[in-house]
Amino acid sequence: MIAVQSLTRHFGSIKAVDNISFTVGKGEILGFLGPNGAGKSTTMKMITTFLPPTSGTATVGGFDVIAQPLEARAKIGYLPESSPSYRDMNVFDFLMFAAEVRGYDGDERLNRVKKIMETCNLKEVAYQQIDTLSKGFRQRVGFAQAFLHDPEYLILDEPTDGLDPNQKQEVRNLIKQMGREKCIILSTHILEEVEAVCSRAIIIGEGKIVADGSPEELRSRSKLHGAITLELIGVEAKDALAGLEKVQFVDRVTDLTPSAAEGGAEKNGKKVIRLRLYPMSGKSIAHETASFIHQKNWQVDGFTVEKGDLNEVFYSLTKGGVAR
Amino acid sequence: MRNFKAVLKRELKSYFESPVAYVFIVIFLLATSGCTFFISRFFENRIATLEPFFIWHPWLYLFLVPAVGMRLWSEERKSGTIELLFTLPITLWEALAGKFVAAWLFIGIALVLTFPMVLTVAYLGSPDYGIILSSYLGSFMLAGGFLAVTCLFSAMTKNQVISFVISVVACFAMLMLGVGVFTDFLNRYLPVWLSDAISAFSFFTHYQGFQRGLIDSRDLVYFISVIVFMLAANALVLERKKAE
Ligand SMILES: Nc1ncnc2c1ncn2[C@@H]1O[C@H](COP(=O)(O)OP(=O)(O)O)[C@@H](O)[C@H]1O
Ligand SMILES: [Mg+2]
Repeated sequence: MIAVQSLTRHFGSIKAVDNISFTVGKGEILGFLGPNGAGKSTTMKMITTFLPPTSGTATVGGFDVIAQPLEARAKIGYLPESSPSYRDMNVFDFLMFAAEVRGYDGDERLNRVKKIMETCNLKEVAYQQIDTLSKGFRQRVGFAQAFLHDPEYLILDEPTDGLDPNQKQEVRNLIKQMGREKCIILSTHILEEVEAVCSRAIIIGEGKIVADGSPEELRSRSKLHGAITLELIGVEAKDALAGLEKVQFVDRVTDLTPSAAEGGAEKNGKKVIRLRLYPMSGKSIAHETASFIHQKNWQVDGFTVEKGDLNEVFYSLTKGGVAR
Repeated sequence: MRNFKAVLKRELKSYFESPVAYVFIVIFLLATSGCTFFISRFFENRIATLEPFFIWHPWLYLFLVPAVGMRLWSEERKSGTIELLFTLPITLWEALAGKFVAAWLFIGIALVLTFPMVLTVAYLGSPDYGIILSSYLGSFMLAGGFLAVTCLFSAMTKNQVISFVISVVACFAMLMLGVGVFTDFLNRYLPVWLSDAISAFSFFTHYQGFQRGLIDSRDLVYFISVIVFMLAANALVLERKKAE
């Protein structure tokens, strides 16, 4: 388990991390989410013992990062932001160095390095100087270094940053696969990533935790959560708005139809309107809306119950606004 | 100890895998022999002594040692590898000592490669091998002193050029404290005991001891304490600056 207790770090007058506490257990993949400068990297640097906290502390597998840094480090695999590595070395030598410092020697060391190069698809560049590798390969070298000792705890700072979509997918799969028996914290500012791999997300803004929950829970805090987006063919907008507003539990209805200036919307020569119905707090309106439309015998082109938009939650939480 | 060795090996290997190492060695050999033969007129003197060779070492080290050491920490900080190094299960001292000793050994290797000089004096006559040996030891200790100073300043900045310039200036100061012109100048304005005390801190004063063929334990202790002191300061600076 990683337990973070009132962790705080100042840089001069900047409070980069401001009294953060949370715990992460085995089998969890925690997404650390926040805009640039929110304090994600600073928090990770403190958990990995690189940066001493101004106050507060963290324990990794029971070892305090301030009092027992070496024991804590032995349990952690860390991928720093932009995965630095000794660029004048080749991949094999670099990993052999890391393996030596991790305490392996002889055949075991060689086998570890060979195995990790296989896992991370590095065999073809084993004897290539790291400096000459593409960003994707360099990132894999960083991963290999972090996974080498099969650590219980993985701290990954923006692991997919700068990768192409295929590589991103590859990395996400790797992380998900590892996440089953490890405890992982990864930082990102890409929201799809959190939905794709994380079992839990913490949103931080200006050094403070502003939200903590599963991606679904966070999404449900969106204004959009439970809203219905509706497309109707051949119905007058005025009539539709007036009618739908009276449906039980509907809070308000907005017209999303592109204006005539924007070209309007047509299907088979008939006008299409696009509406969004927002429910009253905590209510579901799908059933009532559907029966109302059925009763009116309107022609439906689209009917979507919105799950909520993480982007919106993220934006409102980190810009000082309040999500519902 | 294992980690110290791992760092040392990695560093040494990286010296010899880059062309810079060979350029350095070639420049070192050319410069030492050039000064010895063309400025000190070694052959014309026809005296079987390496004094005209060793006399140049402080002045050559003044630039060459900071050139070797300037990148030691500034590069780690600039490229971010310091974050990697200090999140591996390794202590600050293991890393510090490993890097320092690797650079020192590298300079030592360059020094050993000047052995044709010894063959040359042996050919000219029968030199005092005791003096030659103690001179080599003194030269190596002097290089260690310069290197420790350079290490400290390379931890203070991410910019290698700045690290080089400040190190040269600092090494120059450590040297000049004991050089004739400067001590004469001090003698004129300060009481003798004070100017003696100041020159006792100079690399130059202690280097000269070795050139006379004496391995005075005080000179050895001096260089070792300078190195340990500089590395301790280096450790403090790194603790404070590593994450910046
Ligand atoms: N070494 C440092 N010196 C001064 N300020 C820093 C340093 N590192 C980070 N900061 C500041 O702390 C804040 C948080 O930075 P960081 O943790 O890197 O954010 P994130 O990783 O979320 O983008 C930023 O305002 C940044 O400018
Ligand atoms: Mg960051």
